[in-house]
Amino acid sequence: MNTISPVMPSRTKSLTIGDADWVRYALVVLTLAIIGVFLILPLATVLIEAFAKGWTAYASSLTHPDTVAAIKLTLLTAAITVPLTTVFGVSAAWAIARFEFRGKSLLITLIDLPFSVSPVIAGLIYVLIFGAQGWFGSWFSDHDIKIIFAVPGIVLATLFVTFPFVARELIPLMQEIGHEEEEAALSLGASGWQTFFKITLPNIKWGLLYGVLLCNARAMGEFGAVSVVSGHIRGLTNTLPLHIEVSYNEYDFVGAFASASLLAGLAVVTLVVKTFLEWKQKQDLKA
Amino acid sequence: MSITLSNISKRFGAFSALNNINLEIPDGDLVALLGPSGCGKTTLLRIIAGLEQADQGDVFLRGDKVTDKSVKNRHIGFVFQHYALFRHMTVFDNIAFGLRVKPSKDRPSEAVIRKRVHDLLSLVQLDWLHDRFPDQLSGGQRQRIALARALAVEPSVLLLDEPFGALDASVRKDLRLWLRHLHHELDVTTIFVTHDQEEAMEVASQIVVLNKGKIEQKGTPSEIYDSPSNDFVSHFIGQTNVFDLQKGDSAWLKSAGIVLDDAEGITAHVRPHHIGVEKLSDGSASPIILKDWQHLGATIRLELSNEGLNGSAKTIYAEMPSDQFKQLGLDKGDKVSLFIKHAHWFNLAKPQVPEAATDFYV
Repeated sequence: MNTISPVMPSRTKSLTIGDADWVRYALVVLTLAIIGVFLILPLATVLIEAFAKGWTAYASSLTHPDTVAAIKLTLLTAAITVPLTTVFGVSAAWAIARFEFRGKSLLITLIDLPFSVSPVIAGLIYVLIFGAQGWFGSWFSDHDIKIIFAVPGIVLATLFVTFPFVARELIPLMQEIGHEEEEAALSLGASGWQTFFKITLPNIKWGLLYGVLLCNARAMGEFGAVSVVSGHIRGLTNTLPLHIEVSYNEYDFVGAFASASLLAGLAVVTLVVKTFLEWKQKQDLKA
Repeated sequence: MSITLSNISKRFGAFSALNNINLEIPDGDLVALLGPSGCGKTTLLRIIAGLEQADQGDVFLRGDKVTDKSVKNRHIGFVFQHYALFRHMTVFDNIAFGLRVKPSKDRPSEAVIRKRVHDLLSLVQLDWLHDRFPDQLSGGQRQRIALARALAVEPSVLLLDEPFGALDASVRKDLRLWLRHLHHELDVTTIFVTHDQEEAMEVASQIVVLNKGKIEQKGTPSEIYDSPSNDFVSHFIGQTNVFDLQKGDSAWLKSAGIVLDDAEGITAHVRPHHIGVEKLSDGSASPIILKDWQHLGATIRLELSNEGLNGSAKTIYAEMPSDQFKQLGLDKGDKVSLFIKHAHWFNLAKPQVPEAATDFYV
């Protein structure tokens, strides 16, 4: 019935129950201006600087062996941490949403710990534990295992900071969905795994993907914690964010901004997918 | 015996949810577990299903001890209060679920599954909904799909948790009768939990009244209604007027012609239709007046008040057929006399003595 629309003059409405028109416009313009100056402009700068010396310079800096090594290491780190965080997140959310036990609220607080600790401290913790002067440092060096200033340290530091993402997303979701559908599946003769894969997983899949996505963005973009444990060994222990910093410090602006454009691209993709997942999850919960 | 419970007890922390429950349910019965909320009825149902573990006691299904078996291996059908339909599956897939998760050696072929699902859908008269999703169904339809899903695995017992609790009043009435007829057709032992005594009376062939984790009485609806074994059952099932003789209610009974020597701890429960009312002329000394009355369809409910009696002011309810009420020609404020046709007596001072409940006829 779109043809019949209320004949309410909007000016009267805004005068009686809302703010005057100029307030609305001023607020919208202000918001757009802030977003423009602080978000769009820097993002545009990244692209402008990356292409400052043309396509070929952009392409060659991205195919530089050090850049390629940094990209590979970043992907490897994400490939290890994201599945681990996902498994941890699902188990923790399952335990918290399904069982009553002593210390449950303490556990929820602990899961949030990485959010409240500065990433630099997270990196430092691993240096103190596994570094040459650390608690276990001598044992590891005796056995010729390198953790700090090597890939394992980077993975550990990334794990620490990405730890809560999936769990945080799933706990409220699983609490809201409840346990009844799973009980119904069990009463119909399904095994625990069948119940998980056929009932639980389909119910939480959008929330799970959402958590995985945020976790992945953080894993690839993490700077602070990784910076402390990496040692900045070019071509070996530089992840993409570290590589950007090193390049920039060496006045290789095209190189720095070319790499930065990759992370910016990841951010944009993340944003789009995130919006889609949020929408899907809302649809599912409505059902 | 289809279901046997022996000495079932369950605690939640300091709260004792079930206390030494012993119950036997014969094959093919349709049993209502009836009680106020918090009486432990849902917990008991979940213990039978294996969704909850009793702290002590054993559960036997068809003679097999299943106390330590998981819900998966008990071959029960369970219908949840909010149906718990799988929201991401169609109605068809919901019903087929129990058949499809069987280990491959027991799993019927897809053609057999399809036939079985459509048979069940026609049994619940909803075949036309097979490709819908749960959120596209009404409450009553979801209920019937949940029932069909539970029946798909041919359970030895069917357990329903508050099956009509989440439905509109009119849908509820239809479904009650439908469930009773369906039970006649299938003849599978069925237990349902309810807090609604009317529902229990209407649907069940046997009623188990629970209160505070204990069984107060079990029997057919008529047994429970006509000879309640204690004051809780009498109060919980149907309407009743309670006369507590210690609190001065004996004046009521005196006015109805009943005199007691020793009123200690005695209460009398009188159903509204067991109270007879007669009109008195204005000049007479009766202290009881007709305060108000309501038309309940075939019967009229009278609100009687005893303002003139010594003792606490109190309202009691009587019911009579509307024809009879018309003949009496009563009006609000008229003086009446009453007589009690039938009362149940309970001695609360000695609640454990079985003789506490006695029938009394005038």
